[in-house]
Amino acid sequence: MTKVTLTVNGRTVSGECEDRTLLVHFIREKLSLTGTHVGCDTTQCGACVVHMDGQSVKSCSILAVQASGSTITTIEGLAGQGELHPVQAAFKEHHGLQCGFCTPGMVMTAVDMINREGGSLTEEKVRAGLEGNICRCTGYHNIVKAILAADAEMAGGRQAAE
Amino acid sequence: MGVEGIGARVTRKEDKRFLTGKGRYTDDMTAPGMRYAYFVRSPHAHARIRSIDVSAAKAMAGVIDVLDGKQLLADGIGNLICGWMIHSKDGSPMKMGAWRPLAADTVRYVGDAVAIVVADTLGEARDAAEAVVIDYDVLPAVTEAVDALKAGAPQIHPESSDNLIFDWQIGEPDTTDQAIAAAAHVTEIEIHNNRLSPNPMEPRATLGIYDSAEDHYTCYTTSQNPHVARLVMSAFYNVAPENKLRVIAPDVGGGFGSKIYIYPEEIVCLWASKKTGVPVKWTSDRTEAFLTDAHGRDHVSKVKMAFDADHRITALKVDTIANLGAYMSLFSSAVPTYLYATLLSGQYAIPAIHANVRTVYTNTVPVDAYRGAGRPEATYLLERTMETAARELGISPAELRRKNFIRSFPYQTPVIMNYDAGDYEASLNAAMQAADWAGFEARKATSEANGKKRGIGMSCYIEACGIAPSAAVGSLGAGVGLWESAEVRVNAVGTIEVLTGSHSHGQGHETTFAQLVAGRLGVPIDSINIVHGDTDKVQMGMGTYGSRSGAVGMSAVVKALDKVEAKAKKIAAHLMEADEQDIVIENGELKVAGTDKALPWFQVALASYTAHNLPAGMEPGLKETAFYDPANFTFPAGCYIAEVEIDPDTGETDIIQFVAADDFGNIINPMIVEGQVHGGIAQGIGQALLEGVHYDANGQLLTASFMDYAMPRADDLPSFNLSHQNTPCPSNPLGIKGCGEAGAIGSPPALMNAITDAIGNNGLTMPATPMKVWQALHAAH
Repeated sequence: MTKVTLTVNGRTVSGECEDRTLLVHFIREKLSLTGTHVGCDTTQCGACVVHMDGQSVKSCSILAVQASGSTITTIEGLAGQGELHPVQAAFKEHHGLQCGFCTPGMVMTAVDMINREGGSLTEEKVRAGLEGNICRCTGYHNIVKAILAADAEMAGGRQAAE
Repeated sequence: MGVEGIGARVTRKEDKRFLTGKGRYTDDMTAPGMRYAYFVRSPHAHARIRSIDVSAAKAMAGVIDVLDGKQLLADGIGNLICGWMIHSKDGSPMKMGAWRPLAADTVRYVGDAVAIVVADTLGEARDAAEAVVIDYDVLPAVTEAVDALKAGAPQIHPESSDNLIFDWQIGEPDTTDQAIAAAAHVTEIEIHNNRLSPNPMEPRATLGIYDSAEDHYTCYTTSQNPHVARLVMSAFYNVAPENKLRVIAPDVGGGFGSKIYIYPEEIVCLWASKKTGVPVKWTSDRTEAFLTDAHGRDHVSKVKMAFDADHRITALKVDTIANLGAYMSLFSSAVPTYLYATLLSGQYAIPAIHANVRTVYTNTVPVDAYRGAGRPEATYLLERTMETAARELGISPAELRRKNFIRSFPYQTPVIMNYDAGDYEASLNAAMQAADWAGFEARKATSEANGKKRGIGMSCYIEACGIAPSAAVGSLGAGVGLWESAEVRVNAVGTIEVLTGSHSHGQGHETTFAQLVAGRLGVPIDSINIVHGDTDKVQMGMGTYGSRSGAVGMSAVVKALDKVEAKAKKIAAHLMEADEQDIVIENGELKVAGTDKALPWFQVALASYTAHNLPAGMEPGLKETAFYDPANFTFPAGCYIAEVEIDPDTGETDIIQFVAADDFGNIINPMIVEGQVHGGIAQGIGQALLEGVHYDANGQLLTASFMDYAMPRADDLPSFNLSHQNTPCPSNPLGIKGCGEAGAIGSPPALMNAITDAIGNNGLTMPATPMKVWQALHAAH
């Protein structure tokens, strides 16, 4: 058993776990943050995407002990006080989710995509950027719409920041 | 319509919890003292179990117990059943082999569960599972249905010496054969419908909790129909009587049919919880999902379609062999019979039809309903045949459809279904217009100039859903009725709960059902809660599958609302000293028509619960129940067009456009309906281009992960071009036909017709992977 310390959604948390514990299981079971999901066992599906030190990562592909010392944002930490993040709001507005199971990972990937390439996203780029996130319900049509809409919405904020 | 009523694009009430990580899926559930289960599964496709030694496993760290099939049998837990009786042509009943929740003497597919390990952690359970020693006598295995029927094939169940489950037919063999013999032209084709794994993104899971003080079980499970689960686990699997078994299907992450069935794992976890004295949680991993979730499709058919000199279809003859896998799953017998062959008339006036269906055991995962359940198989067969016929006859695909459309309703097909309303040509015209079919040749020329192949294909589908009239399906062998229930509970100060037997696992019922009530009563949509998924809260219901929640589930809500409205009006009339006939409900008020007199909704509700001044003889309260039994199936229909560009060097197919023109009758929320069609089309494109379950010669499942089984990703798909040409459904109060499966039903033939058009090789089968397309292209030229 090894002690793991992380900053998750702004709070410093610690826990003990076996060395073989995946970060996603640490998040779900030790921290009771069940918004991050497990959808496969070969790293394809993306339901487990979180942000680690500012980048989107698949939490099924990292050991908790490897992640120790880093800053993690999960889906639960995305929205501000009571307000939805623009990406979350866009997913709701454009019906970019149905069963909701892929949604946390999809949203975290989208936020990262916009962080990296916001302002230059096209339908083609968004679709290529979603290669690591599988959805079985929506056919992606509305997810793509939501991401492009969120990008446009957040462009105002980016311009203001410049 | 109103901002929040029927027809409005209301964004979903349930989204907030899903978007913020507050969804409550089964694997998120915990119980005090909970332990983790891992199943020991057969690595062989077919074997006798000589012995099971759990002693080493039981001694390992953290292990609570290891239980096997013998103990399960000894405790009287029953075998899984197929709930729909089908008889063969000779009158004999289907040959249902025994399916034990934990195999006791024989395993029949790779993944067949043999034992359950319960341990403190999942890691410890997995470690212990590896220490269970099973002595197997490996037997020969067979995976293709066609091969399983051959002489010398390994016998899978004692009940069937030749692996044949039933040999069933529908329609008129003699008339059909005569018409074919007399035909001006006969199109003959062999059709393969590839086997698929549904793969909802949430893997199956169960948390079984036995309460010894109450001798009561609670089962959290990923189910599309918790009441059916409770019924079946009680009546057939002997887990507990219904009143001692609570089944809760909380948030469920997609189903597509695969979560209808009550699987061995649910039964065993409940039983194990009693045996061990702790709550037992099992969650499937993705490989287990491929190995154990019911698969779909897997038909091989020989087709003959006969035409007269005017290109009118005179007959259709179909001979299908359907693979049902190692055991008969719950609905499995109905899928290749009454959900399939009854749609073989398609949108066409076909005077004579005969279909023969043989279902077969093989050493593979059991096959059952998967989005479309029989209708994709029928549509694919028909529309590939029509396309082939059009090419053989030298006329356009559209012209062949127009010549043969059913144009007058009601229309009695030769295969039981009686179509009530539709306008197939309207959808054909809309689709062709939206796709600019007329401009295709010019676009093709441009593609060819760039060294690419281009093709266009259509699919005119019809399906039967909104399942189903109970007496009708009962007479055809169903063991259950297919009505739906609703309870509308008005609370004392006017907010409303609707308890529905339908279950939402992505379909947005919490919003659409609320829209129905908001539109009807003029109360804010936020004041209405939709409750589903818990057998302790909601009365018996039949669940969600077969595109039935709109047509059947909402109709039950309407009936209950009728009763609530009637009572509310009586109370309002009494309080306002008016005639009941003169009371109207508008904008959340009950008004005396033509006057200023009105009472707000909440006040009428309160009056019913204070009961200080009710009409003589009226019971207090404002809560009504309805059970709605549909009068008929519903018949969504439409036309889909796919246009593709193929790179001859790589065989890759690029979908340039996909057009869908659908008739779903009346629509509650267009945004939700579009989402259903998008998702259905994606699955259909998946079937046509990417997906396929493969076994090797020894029955090992080769496609058991997302690395090996190609799921559609965002960059495999285009955006979709949808339109509607709706003819209201005459058979239910809302005029709804349903839309959940149409996308998956109509799309595969549109794709394959387009691809075969592009490459000039009609023998191509699904999935049209780059390799197969490349080979077919180069074989043709």
